Amino acid sequence: MTLNNLSKGDSAIIYRVNADKELKNRFNSFGLTKGARVYVEYHSLAKKTMEVRINQTRIALRTQEAEHIELEQE
Amino acid sequence: MSLIKVALAGQPNVGKSALINSIGNARLKVGNFSGVTVTKEIVRFSKDGYDFEITDLPGSYSLTDYTIEERVTREYLDHEDYDLILNVVDSVNIERNLYLTTELLSLNKKMVVALNMTDEAVAEGVDINEQQLGKILGVSCVKTSAVQKTGIDEIISAVIQSYENTENKFHLQFSEPFEQEIYRIVAFLNEKKVSCKISLKALAIKLLREDKEAYLRFREEPVWVELQPMLNDAYQHLYLHYDTKDLDDIFNDEKMALAKGAVAETVYFKKTEKKNLTEKIDSLLMHQFIGLPIFLFLMWGLFQLTFEVGSIPMDWIDAFFSAMIDATKSFLGDTELASVVADGAIAGVGAVVLFLPNIIILFLGIALLETTGYMSRVAFLLDGFFHKFGLHGKSFIPLVSGFGCSVPAYMAARTLKNDRDRLLTLFIIGFMSCGARLPIYVLFVGAFFAEHHAGNMLFAIYISGALLGIIAAKVLKMTVFKGDDEPFVMEMPKYRLPSLKLIYHTVSGQAMMYLKKAGTFILLASVLIWFASNYPKYPEIDLNYQTRIEQAVSEEQIAEISNELALYNLENSYLGKIGHASEPFFAPLGYDWRMAVALETGLAAKEVVVATLGVLYGLGDEHDEESAGLINKIRTNINFPSAVSFIVFVMIYLPCLAASMVFMREAGGWKYLAYLFVFTTATAWILSFAAFNITKLLI
Repeated sequence: MTLNNLSKGDSAIIYRVNADKELKNRFNSFGLTKGARVYVEYHSLAKKTMEVRINQTRIALRTQEAEHIELEQE
Repeated sequence: MSLIKVALAGQPNVGKSALINSIGNARLKVGNFSGVTVTKEIVRFSKDGYDFEITDLPGSYSLTDYTIEERVTREYLDHEDYDLILNVVDSVNIERNLYLTTELLSLNKKMVVALNMTDEAVAEGVDINEQQLGKILGVSCVKTSAVQKTGIDEIISAVIQSYENTENKFHLQFSEPFEQEIYRIVAFLNEKKVSCKISLKALAIKLLREDKEAYLRFREEPVWVELQPMLNDAYQHLYLHYDTKDLDDIFNDEKMALAKGAVAETVYFKKTEKKNLTEKIDSLLMHQFIGLPIFLFLMWGLFQLTFEVGSIPMDWIDAFFSAMIDATKSFLGDTELASVVADGAIAGVGAVVLFLPNIIILFLGIALLETTGYMSRVAFLLDGFFHKFGLHGKSFIPLVSGFGCSVPAYMAARTLKNDRDRLLTLFIIGFMSCGARLPIYVLFVGAFFAEHHAGNMLFAIYISGALLGIIAAKVLKMTVFKGDDEPFVMEMPKYRLPSLKLIYHTVSGQAMMYLKKAGTFILLASVLIWFASNYPKYPEIDLNYQTRIEQAVSEEQIAEISNELALYNLENSYLGKIGHASEPFFAPLGYDWRMAVALETGLAAKEVVVATLGVLYGLGDEHDEESAGLINKIRTNINFPSAVSFIVFVMIYLPCLAASMVFMREAGGWKYLAYLFVFTTATAWILSFAAFNITKLLI
């Protein structure tokens, strides 16, 4: 399962990030890395964009970027 | 006195500029979103017997080249000459912030960490043991709050202490397998008596990171023969241990582990179950369905306020300048000097100052948007919509700044990583009507619409400008700027209530700049326009008219003839000639030569459009004492379809000279400015032509 599949209010632990180096670095610097717990906070209209939270940091990203983030099964 | 050069570095929106403002009494721009500081700014001051030179670097999430601003920071830290790094950290988001701290530590420079936003950390139950953290990182950590001005003296003495400390120790401690590899290489370098500016450990890390400069240094030396197999071995060990062959991944893991470990040992989080303020506000403003309508309503409210409240002091200012013109004329008599002062300088400057109240309200609205953290939310809400038109959600930030002034807006576009996205945004920023265009709209809307519609009309003008911009973006994206999209990953700042002082500083600074422009540039332009509209003189024709006036029988006839003379002089002045020359170009849009001239002078600055209209229409009916006030003059001299067409043209055509120069620099050359000129002029002409003819049909 990837991050874009989560619904509002759900949370999960990141298993792996499958992105090119640049995007991966970007994710890293926001704390979107292996082992981090993400909470889905909001979706925009038509679910094109989502807001997730890690610790105290809130991050907005597009669904197509969220597809790169693989989650652990729970 | 010794000079301490400090490089101020940290992640975006952690309060670097705010801290520098508190330390050095500076007035750098502060906001609540990532990317307020886009170029490095230097602040100098003296304290405790030292001279300080602090360079405020743009915020970086990590030391990479992701965006232009991050490149500025990395290049400065790598190559410039500075004594120490002051790393500003957001105490609430400490773990993520320490990620950059570990990267800065590996530069092996002297460093001090400011644990900023202590006030917010306390409120949210985040308790940091700064002494313990200092021991782990090997640098002193000081709790600060830029807002409450706490820890300011302590941070300065920590900087001085670190500067005076000559011992240069490398403190960054990696995990055991990594340290072993480092240790082996250091031991080898020691044996071979390799000398180096930075510590051997730092050099070993550089080698392990496949740092090009470090490699170049060794490649020519005999030691390389032995070093190379050693490094190879080390890589194999690391690959095996980390189960990946990607060195970046390995280093990222290390840095993450370091940050996590440091937080686990030194930070205590008090559990709070209750929703914090940000969450409460967001459940309304970020709502899937009502979020956007709320934003539109707020914008509508802003323009209502801009007109309704702004128009109250306008009458007084108008009356004041009219009285000044009359007083000057009666004091200096009917001379050339009186005319240049009253009809040139005072009329031109007055026409611009008139709109100060509107400008202040607009800037206040934008300042609130920038400092509360709402702007990033709107970027989030609009990203889906923007994306359809080929724009990036982040483009919203420069575009909103564009409502204030295009100059900072062009600079703000630097937060966009992808060159194509950035150029596209740069091209449409002009569609967001800047504050200097507001006077033109207020003037024309005030002249042609009932007062209770005026606010709505202003809102409509701004919104349709923005929509036009988005459509233009789509067209450009499909034709010129084809290509892949940049990923949208951006941080949502916490909501913050800006202090009155911050708002006051921001708005008063901008208002003063507007006034300063009125007192200098606009003043000069007004006098120039006066001169160009009064010269050359035609003595023979003047004489001819004078005799006709003497021969006239009634007062009416005299008025008529003098009016004719004034008009003749105006139309044959330099300005009149320019206007007439360009009239064929503007005639299909319904403009007379005066409006044409006003638009042309507006290329220098948009405020000059109003000033020009003030001078030109003021001179034209010198003898018509009934029509006082610029608004009335506009109403009697311009018909409705021409006015609509004029507004449309002003909405779209090229921004002022200063903005155009910044555009050229940011876009990267004359070529782009030429494109922008052709693009905006053509669009403006076609749409104004359509607006003129449609309005004519409708009324």
